[in-house]
Amino acid sequence: MSNFPFLSVLTVAPLVGALVVAFLPRHRPELAKQVAFAWSLLVLVLSVVMWVSFNAGGDRFQFRESYSWIPNWGVSFTFAADGIALVMLMLIAVLVPLVILASWHDAESSKRSVPVYFALLLVLECTMIGVFAAADVFLFYVFFEVMLVPMYFLIGSYGGHQRQYAAVKFFLYSLVGGLFMLAAVIGLWVVGGKTFDWQALSQVDISTGTERWLFLGFFLAFAIKAPFFPFHTWLPDAGGAAPAGAAALLVGVLDKVGTFGILRYCLPLFPEASKWFAPWALALGVIGIVYAALLAVGQNDLKRLVSYTSIAHFGFIGVGIFAFTTQAGTGAVLYMLNHGLATGLLFLVVGMLISRRGSSLISDFGGAGKLVPVLAGVLFFAGLASLALPGTAPFISEFLVLIGTFTVNKPVAVIATLGIILAAAYVLWMVQRTTQGTLNPALSEVDGMRRDLNLREKVVVAPLIALIVLLGFFPKPVTDVINPAVQATMDDIGRTDPAPSVGGTVQEAAK
Amino acid sequence: MTELKLPSIDYAAISPILIMLGTALLGVLVEALVPRRWRHVVQLTLALLAVLAALTMVVLSADERIITAGQALAIDGPTLFLQGAILVLAAMALLLIGDRSVERGGAFVAQAAVTAESADDRRQAEGRNGLTEVYPLTTFAIGGMLIFVAANDLLTMFIALEVFSLPLYLLCALARRRRLLSQEAAMKYFLLGAYASAFFLFGVALIYGFTSGIPGRTAGVDFATIHAAVGESPASPVLLFAGMALLAIGLLFKAAAAPFHVWTPDVYQGAPTPVTGFMAACTKVAAFGALLRVFQVAFADANWDFTPVLGAVAVLTMLVGAVLAVTQTDIKRLLAYSSIANAGYLLVGVLAPSRDGLAGTMFYLVAYGFSVLAAFAVVTLVRDEDGEATHLSRWAGLGRRSPFFAALFTFILLAFAGIPLTSGFTSKFAIFGPALEGGQAWLVIAGVLTSMVLAFPYLRVVVMMWLSEPGESTPTVTVPGGLTAAALTIGVLATLVLGVAPAPLLDLATGAAEFVR
Repeated sequence: MSNFPFLSVLTVAPLVGALVVAFLPRHRPELAKQVAFAWSLLVLVLSVVMWVSFNAGGDRFQFRESYSWIPNWGVSFTFAADGIALVMLMLIAVLVPLVILASWHDAESSKRSVPVYFALLLVLECTMIGVFAAADVFLFYVFFEVMLVPMYFLIGSYGGHQRQYAAVKFFLYSLVGGLFMLAAVIGLWVVGGKTFDWQALSQVDISTGTERWLFLGFFLAFAIKAPFFPFHTWLPDAGGAAPAGAAALLVGVLDKVGTFGILRYCLPLFPEASKWFAPWALALGVIGIVYAALLAVGQNDLKRLVSYTSIAHFGFIGVGIFAFTTQAGTGAVLYMLNHGLATGLLFLVVGMLISRRGSSLISDFGGAGKLVPVLAGVLFFAGLASLALPGTAPFISEFLVLIGTFTVNKPVAVIATLGIILAAAYVLWMVQRTTQGTLNPALSEVDGMRRDLNLREKVVVAPLIALIVLLGFFPKPVTDVINPAVQATMDDIGRTDPAPSVGGTVQEAAK
Repeated sequence: MTELKLPSIDYAAISPILIMLGTALLGVLVEALVPRRWRHVVQLTLALLAVLAALTMVVLSADERIITAGQALAIDGPTLFLQGAILVLAAMALLLIGDRSVERGGAFVAQAAVTAESADDRRQAEGRNGLTEVYPLTTFAIGGMLIFVAANDLLTMFIALEVFSLPLYLLCALARRRRLLSQEAAMKYFLLGAYASAFFLFGVALIYGFTSGIPGRTAGVDFATIHAAVGESPASPVLLFAGMALLAIGLLFKAAAAPFHVWTPDVYQGAPTPVTGFMAACTKVAAFGALLRVFQVAFADANWDFTPVLGAVAVLTMLVGAVLAVTQTDIKRLLAYSSIANAGYLLVGVLAPSRDGLAGTMFYLVAYGFSVLAAFAVVTLVRDEDGEATHLSRWAGLGRRSPFFAALFTFILLAFAGIPLTSGFTSKFAIFGPALEGGQAWLVIAGVLTSMVLAFPYLRVVVMMWLSEPGESTPTVTVPGGLTAAALTIGVLATLVLGVAPAPLLDLATGAAEFVR
C-alpha cells in the first residue's frame, strides 16, 4: 500500500471535486453541499489510510513521487512528506469536512452562488494539501501563491462587513511576502546549480552573505503568512471579515504554512543564517505573544479577538522553532496541530453564535448561556483549550515549548509564560461577557438565539472536542511521528540539545 | 565604370517578408478593383492567408542560420522565432480587427475624413461599414516588423522602422467612435514617432562616423562592422556613446520605455482597441527584437558601458509604469501603463547577456503578447450603445452580470500580476533567473518590488468586477462574434498553457537563442 501515490492523489482529488461541484446547477445548492461534503470525506478516508501506512521509524521523507514538469529549469512535481507535513495534512483532511458542514448555510446569505462557495473550499483544500506535500521549492512556491486566489474570493465574495478591504489587504500582504520569496527562490536556484529539488538544495553550500539574504526573503514571506509581529495586521481584518468556516481554515491551516515553511525551508536550507537571525526571530515571537494577547483583551469583535489570540499562539510556535531544541521544536509542531484544532473549533463555535445573533460584537451578547446552554458550553470548552488548560491538547504543546526554551534561553521562556496568564484573561473575559451574567434583553428577542446546537452543528464540534481531549491525554501517536522529523531538522542546523544536568556540570556528573 | 555587383539573396529565407509586403500591395489593388460589399471578406481572408503562408515559410526555414541580401538581413534563430511570434500574434490581432459583429460595421471609422462630432460623424458611427484599408495597412505594418527583427544593419532597421510605423500612425486615427481622441492619439504618436526616428537616424550617422578609419575595413553600419569597430576604432568613443544613446532613444520609444513612454497611454486609449492590442503585442515584439540584436550583436563588447544606463532606464520604466498604473481610472490606460512596466521587465531580460536570458526574453514577449491581446479582446466586448465602456467605475459588478467573461479577464489580470500557473509567472521567472545569474540582482529586486506595486491596480479591477455591486451604468458584455471569440480563446488558452507547461516553447526559444554575426 505504501507504493500508492498518496500525495499526488490527495492533491488532485479536491480539485476534481471542486470542478464537479462548480458545474452543478446553481439552483440545486443542496446537491452541491452534499457532493462537496462527500468528497471531503473521501479525502479524509484516504488521508487516514496514508497516516496508517506511514512508518514513523522509517525514512524522514516518505511517499516520495517525482514527475518531470519543466526540465529546462529543473522543476518537477516532487511530493514527499515527513512527519511534520503528515500531521498538517491530517489536520487539513479533518478540518475541511467539518468546515463544509459548519458552513452549510453561510453562503446563502450572500446572494452569491452557493456551489461556487463549496467549490472554492475544495480548491483551497487542494492548494493547502499541495503546499505541505511539495518537496520541490518551485512547486511549493506555486501552491503558496495560488492558495491566495480561492481565499481571496472566499473572503471577498462571501465575507461580512468590510470584506472588500479585508480581501485586498490579505491578498496584497501575502503577495508582497510571496514576491520577496520569489526573488529568494530564484536566488536559491542560481546558487544551487539550477535545481529545485529540496533534497539536492539542502546539500548545497552557500556563502554566508548570500545565505542571509536568501533566508530573509523566505523568512519575510513566512512571517507575513504566519503572521508574526509586526506583519500581523492583515489577519484580524481577514479573520474578522471572512465567513466563519473560511476563517477557521485561514487561521487553522493557511497560517501554518508560514511556520511549516520556516521549519522545512528556512532552517534546513539556510542553517547558518537561521542561527544568526534566531535572536531576532525569538524577539518577534515574544513580542507577538505579549502584544497580541494585550490587543485580544481589548477586542469587542469576536472574530477579531480570536484572530488576535492566534497571533499570540503563533508567537509561541515561533519561539518553539527558534529555540532549536528537540523539545521546543516538537512542541511547536504539536502546537501547529493543536492550535488548528482548538482555534478551528473556537472559530466555528463563534461563527455559530454570530450567525444566530446576526452580530459579531461582544457587547451585543451577554448571558447567552441561559438561552443556548450547550453552545455556551462548547464555547467555554473551546476557550479553555485555547488558553491551554491542562488536559486539553494545547497544554502539552505549550508546555513543551516552554520547557524546551527554558533549557537554552531563560528570559524568553519567562516572558512567554506571561502569555499564559494573558490568555486566561482574554478567553475568560470573552466567555464571561458573551455567555455569563445577566441576560441581555435584546438577545432574547432574536429568534436565532432560541435555537441551541442542532444535530449538524453537534456533528461538527464533537470530533474536534474528542480530538482535543484525546490528544490532551495521549499525544504519543502524534509525537512519535513528529519527533524524528524535528530531530532531523535540528540535525540539519547542527544543534544538539543541552545535556540535562543536576547541580554540577555534566563532566562532574560523568565522573 | 566598375560593374555593379549585385548581392546574392536567399529568397526562400526572406519569403515571409516578401509574402507580407506582396499581400499588402495586393490589398491596395483589392481596394481599387473589388466591389465594396466584397472587400471586407476578401481583404480579411487575404491577410489571414498571407499570415498563415508566411508562418509556414518561417516554420519551414526553422533551421536557417544565414546573413543574406548583402549584410542587410540576418535570418537566424532569434529572427525566425520572433517572426513566428509576430505572425501568430498578428493573426490574433487580425481576428480582432476583422470582427464586425461586436460593433456593427467593425471597430473602424467609415470615412476617416469626416469632421469629428459632426452630424455625418454620428451617422457613420451608427453602423456604416468601416474602412477596409485597415487590412493592407496592417499587412504593411506586419511586413515592416518582420524586416525590423531581421535587420542586420542600421539603415535597413531604420527603413523597417518607418515601414511599420507609418501604417500604425494611420491605424490609430481610425477609431469609429470618440474620433477626436483617436485623431489626437494618431497625431501625438506621429509627431513623437517622427522625433524618435530622427534621433535614431542621427545615431546611425554618428555610428557610421565611428566605424570609419579602421585599417582594412570600410566604414559601414552593418552589425559586423560596428562590432569590429567597438574593439578597434581609432575614433573617439564619444561618437560611440552618443550614437548608442541616440539609437537607444529611437528603439526605446517604440518599446514604450520610460522616459520615452509618454505617448503610450494616450495612444493606447485613443486607438481602436484591436489596433491597441496589435501594438501592445506585435510592436513590443518587434521593438525588443531590434533592441536585442542591436545591443547583443552590434554593441555586445560595449556592454560594460551601456548596461548601467539601460539598467537605470529599466528601473525607471518599471517604476513609472507600476506607480502610474495605480492611479488610472480607464481600463485602456491602465493596460497601457502595465505595458510600460512590462517593457521594464523585458529590458531586464535584454541586460541578461546569456543564452538563457535571450531565450527568456523571447519567451516573455510571446507570453505577454498572448495575454495582452486577450485582455484587449475583453475590452472590446464590454460596451453599451455609445461604444466601449472603458471607465473602470463602469466595470463594477461585471462579474455578476457576465461571470464567464469576468472570469476570463480575472485570469488574465492574475497572469499580469504574476500568479503561478499563468504565463505571467513563468515568463517573469524566465527573465529574472538569467538576470540574477548574470549578476544583475538589483534589477531583479527592482522588478520584484514593482511587481508588488503593480499587483494593486490589477487587484482593483478584480475587486471592481467581483466584489462591487453592479451599478445602473454597468454595461453588459456583448456576446463576441466568432472572430473575437477565437482570438480570446487562443489568448487565454496560451496564457494557461504557457503557465502550466512552458517547457516546449522554452525549448524552442532556447534552441533559437543564438545570433549569427
